[in-house]
Amino acid sequence: MTTIHLEETPHLTYVLRLADSALVLSHRLSEWCGHAPMLEEDLALANIALDLLGQARLLYEHAAALEGRGRSEDDLAYLRDAPQFKNLLICELPRGDFAFTVVRQTLVSAFFHPYWQLARGSTDRTLAAIAEKAEKEVAYHLRHAGAWLVRLGDGTEESRRRTLEALDTLWPYTGELFEVDAVGEAMIEAGIAPDPASIRPVFEDTLDRLLADAELARPSAAWMQTGGLRGVHTEHLGHMLAVMQHLPRAYPGARW
Amino acid sequence: MSTVALDRLERAIEAVSAVPDPEIPVVTIADLGMVRAVRLAADGAVEVDLTPTYTGCPATRLIAEEVRAALAAAGIAEARVNLVLSPAWTTDWITPEGRAALRRYGIAPPPRRSEPETPVPCPRCGSTETEEISRFGSTPCKALWRCRTCREPFDRFKCL
Repeated sequence: MTTIHLEETPHLTYVLRLADSALVLSHRLSEWCGHAPMLEEDLALANIALDLLGQARLLYEHAAALEGRGRSEDDLAYLRDAPQFKNLLICELPRGDFAFTVVRQTLVSAFFHPYWQLARGSTDRTLAAIAEKAEKEVAYHLRHAGAWLVRLGDGTEESRRRTLEALDTLWPYTGELFEVDAVGEAMIEAGIAPDPASIRPVFEDTLDRLLADAELARPSAAWMQTGGLRGVHTEHLGHMLAVMQHLPRAYPGARW
Repeated sequence: MSTVALDRLERAIEAVSAVPDPEIPVVTIADLGMVRAVRLAADGAVEVDLTPTYTGCPATRLIAEEVRAALAAAGIAEARVNLVLSPAWTTDWITPEGRAALRRYGIAPPPRRSEPETPVPCPRCGSTETEEISRFGSTPCKALWRCRTCREPFDRFKCL
């Protein structure tokens, strides 16, 4: 099935970034279904994946309405190629081990909880309404992932080693959470997006409290990865999309 | 509003309110506080505003279809169902009848958000010697608990 090309305005690009991040992270979490270390955790990760999928659907619907060419949420999710995806890189990294998944979910939720809180005041009414629901859901994700971070960091030697490794690997991907380019500037200017600079103190405070409980320290790496917001991805996203998009592309219009 | 229109609206409200939740069929969508408004539009169609409980809840679409089906069965073919996200749904909107039905079904109802955290009574034996097994359960809206007295696991509605 042919790849679609959207006529992007800054507003559309901005909503796509949020939608893509939610969808890609949801897919990575769903890969745990049937593989989590215990049944309760299998349910928990699938539940979090479902919340993020729900957010992605609402955001894609909004994006399709902004474009105004009659496309559906499915078109936007299934018929764009990796360079057109604008998710944060941290969301697309392979699921890794359980510690990696826990650390990633903590980092992403520690950012998005205050993000959605502030986005409730967006001048984009639809985005503000989505934020109202997403804020409550992400608060729950943060409590769950944070509790695991503490348990793993302050657990056995093995769990601590894996958590530290995950934290070191993932830390350079946190810079992108706060990146503001021309699109971001225009959105902040228009009152559509919260300024990530105002989120940083809350993010750092949340993280420092959790890391202190886990007896871990915030990594000091200064160099940060970048690219996702512009569609420059790791090699992993293409593979993930090949799996995720295979069916609707091979059988256009398939229903199930 | 004419008597005919009023009668039509009353039938619509009754039909919509009686739609059971597909995952927890002992409560209706009205018990859960998902029905925000039922009104007659200028073109004569019935408009229903529904608030989803969770953004990703797979039952949301099914519920919208069942609302349309219930209206059709009540003789109202022209119906529109809107999903309204704001104000966001909260468990505080679950009615007292809904809470009682949940408890009878074996699901511990959520506390009111304004109330302080109290022990969670087991919906089977009433003991407050209970503990959380997992923050997540069989559907997005539930957590998994266990009773230390009767040894039975049970679902608890998450407080949102």
